[in-house]
Amino acid sequence: MTQPVLELNRITKHFGGLMANDDVTLHLNQGEILALLGENGAGKTTLMNILFGHYTADAGEVMVSGRALPPGMPRAAIAAGVGMVHQHFTLAANLSVLENITIGSEPLWRPDSRRAEARAGIAGIARTFGLPVNPDARVGDLSVGERQRVEIVKALYRKARILILDEPTAVLARPEAEQLFATLRGMTAGGLSIIFISHKLHEVMAASDRVVVLRGGKVVAERRTASTNPAELAELMVGRQVVRPRRTAHATGKPVLEARGLTVIDAGKRGLDAADFTVCEGEILGIVGVSGNGQASLGRVLSGLARPLSGTLTLQGRDITRLAPRDLVRLGIGRIPEDRHAEGVVGDLPVWENAVLERLRTPVFSYRGFVRRAEARAYAARLIDRFDIRGAGPETRTRLLSGGNMQKLILGRNLAAQPGFLLANQPTRGLDEGAIAAVHAELLAARDQGAAILLISEDLEEAAALSDRIQAIVKGRLSQPVPADRADARTLGLMMAGVWEVRDAV
Amino acid sequence: MRFERRADVSVPALLVAPLAAVLVSLALCAGLILAAGVSPLTAYAEMLRGAYGSRLAVTETFTRASPLILTGLAAAVAFRARLWNIGGEGQLYMGALVTAGLGHSMMSGLPAPLAVALLMTASMAAGAALLAGPALLRLRFGVDEVVTTLLMNFIVILFVGLMVEGPLKDPMAFGWPQSVPVAAGLRLPDLVPRSRLHVGLVVALLAVAVVWVVQMRTVFGAESRAAGLNPRAAAFAGVPMGRTLMLVACLSGGLAGLAGSIEVLGPTGYVTTNLSPGFGYAGIVVAMLAALHPVGVVGAAVFVATVFVGADAMSRATGVPSFIADVIMSVSLLSMLTALLFTTYRVRR
Repeated sequence: MTQPVLELNRITKHFGGLMANDDVTLHLNQGEILALLGENGAGKTTLMNILFGHYTADAGEVMVSGRALPPGMPRAAIAAGVGMVHQHFTLAANLSVLENITIGSEPLWRPDSRRAEARAGIAGIARTFGLPVNPDARVGDLSVGERQRVEIVKALYRKARILILDEPTAVLARPEAEQLFATLRGMTAGGLSIIFISHKLHEVMAASDRVVVLRGGKVVAERRTASTNPAELAELMVGRQVVRPRRTAHATGKPVLEARGLTVIDAGKRGLDAADFTVCEGEILGIVGVSGNGQASLGRVLSGLARPLSGTLTLQGRDITRLAPRDLVRLGIGRIPEDRHAEGVVGDLPVWENAVLERLRTPVFSYRGFVRRAEARAYAARLIDRFDIRGAGPETRTRLLSGGNMQKLILGRNLAAQPGFLLANQPTRGLDEGAIAAVHAELLAARDQGAAILLISEDLEEAAALSDRIQAIVKGRLSQPVPADRADARTLGLMMAGVWEVRDAV
Repeated sequence: MRFERRADVSVPALLVAPLAAVLVSLALCAGLILAAGVSPLTAYAEMLRGAYGSRLAVTETFTRASPLILTGLAAAVAFRARLWNIGGEGQLYMGALVTAGLGHSMMSGLPAPLAVALLMTASMAAGAALLAGPALLRLRFGVDEVVTTLLMNFIVILFVGLMVEGPLKDPMAFGWPQSVPVAAGLRLPDLVPRSRLHVGLVVALLAVAVVWVVQMRTVFGAESRAAGLNPRAAAFAGVPMGRTLMLVACLSGGLAGLAGSIEVLGPTGYVTTNLSPGFGYAGIVVAMLAALHPVGVVGAAVFVATVFVGADAMSRATGVPSFIADVIMSVSLLSMLTALLFTTYRVRR
């Protein structure tokens, strides 16, 4: 048997009382794609950071081609041929692709930058591995998929033979993700060995040769991808059987929220273009689309953060086109923002302040300009209890919550007010299976109690499982709605590609 | 060596950080004192004696601390909301000028407490107005308030110069460029007889209490903290960002203006262009040493006042130039910023 290119032997790491990695042993073979599967907090990223030298393990060692790496030195890892592509890219938006790739790989005291050599090197990598990049493009102008390619080229430019990708598809739309996996296949044919971290089962099934499942910092299973199935992996990953809830057919009521000809200009571009939609009582309307097609503008206008250029938005017949966030909240509109860290919570404030921030000026939570702290704390405690927010009390700093629990807090403060209309913008992005199931169950329960819900999602499975009707968004334009039972994967794919417009034109 | 973000900032760390910063800055400055040919221990002992060695010294230190508490508060409330008010010095002078101008003769006939309250209010309004301009420019056009508030300081001090040479010049001052004095009946009573320590200290401590209540207990305080910590999330939650910023600006400018008012109503009685030995700028150091906490501002202001008052005495006794006070203050700011880094990050090999 040939020697593995990479071995992790009995890695252990803890942060305070938390065991992030507990005696983890795994290996990577030459030319193999290994998937590291686990829920958020299972220790995947910690393990890869130890491998790359960002963290120092408490115990255990990392061997590359049989030689131990000195711990805690990313430079040594790079020299040994380990390249890492982080989930959040480490590129400078104001520099060119060429500059981003060469930066840090040239000695500082060399007076000139050897651009011609670098250019040739990048062209060679592009050819060998099928990774076309334009070295002169400004990184800020590139799409997310292209930026990721630049990150990969950057790692390869530093002679990486082992590539680690941390949640590579978290930011990609499905077609981009599929293209990435095809590229990775090609790269292993060229002699590279790859580890990719994921919590998405279908990716692991589609792209890997072998799967290692982590749970609670421990390796719980190892499978050849060909001899396992998504159900088994899901159970291994979560440790119990998790079933995402699905909608059951039920009657919807009269229209609650209606948009007519809504046009929004965002950052100089037409974010929404004459969009029409109606959400009824007890209905979930799904808006699907490839990322960057106007979902952000739609979310902003429904949250009261953007004023439309033209068109109207009515809530139960009342014009709410130009209302500010606080007025919308007062009228019973709930809003789940796209990015919970950036918009959903103030991480450095305690849970109770985040629970009531939207409603601070209502008489329940303030009196003559003073915060009714006892009421606010009691309310937060009720939310924690009712929505099963774990690892938190009212005084906990919100930043310390896991993604899923943070989302439950946001969901809770919206649903507790029994909103007539709820905007759910990418409500499960980045969450693990258990949390996704919980969020879905809450959304469906709210719908069954009569709430009108607009679900913006890039996850087709999610949209199909929850929505009563689905519209696609393409370049700011909305398709006609399709009832859920007619929305198979093919129809949705065509809609997301904007094919309905062609049909209209004929 | 690398920095790793800590999961959470502990409260004890926030209490220890300023103390450590002060000790480190004193240790670093010991080198300079040595270079001046004096034993640091002697020098620091003289400094302590100069600041606390006699009844007069103690009252001087607290007289010095009073305006520092107010300018420190002014910086702290602004910085909490991410409004970078570097213009405390100018706002202080504006407040001082208004108190002297209005307090010379216009308040005659009113009962003294009412007149003093009116003067303080007017000075606060003047300081607030001075910061409202830069805040508005930032809101409307995105003009960087660090630049505008800093430059306003020079304009205001030149304006004060113009006034004390012109319309507000005191004809009885033998040609010295100083303003007309406030009416004698309006001067703040002394706290300690035969000293310069006056009721302004009480005013400053009251201001600390008020600011604490506003920040920690009111809706406006909660909203302004949210706006400072995460502007996007605050806007999403419906915090009126523009109005919050303007109110913070008024509060901050008002506190600095009040500092000017109590200096005129208290120890000096009139305005000159060297009324303030940099109280406005020192307020920034005070705010940082206090980790922007209103109560911490009191301790930090007393520390800075101690260094300044003590340095004069030390200079007389040992011959070390009193500029060492500026150095200690500046180094303590740098040490504090470093200490704050360690409260959020841990160092890994």
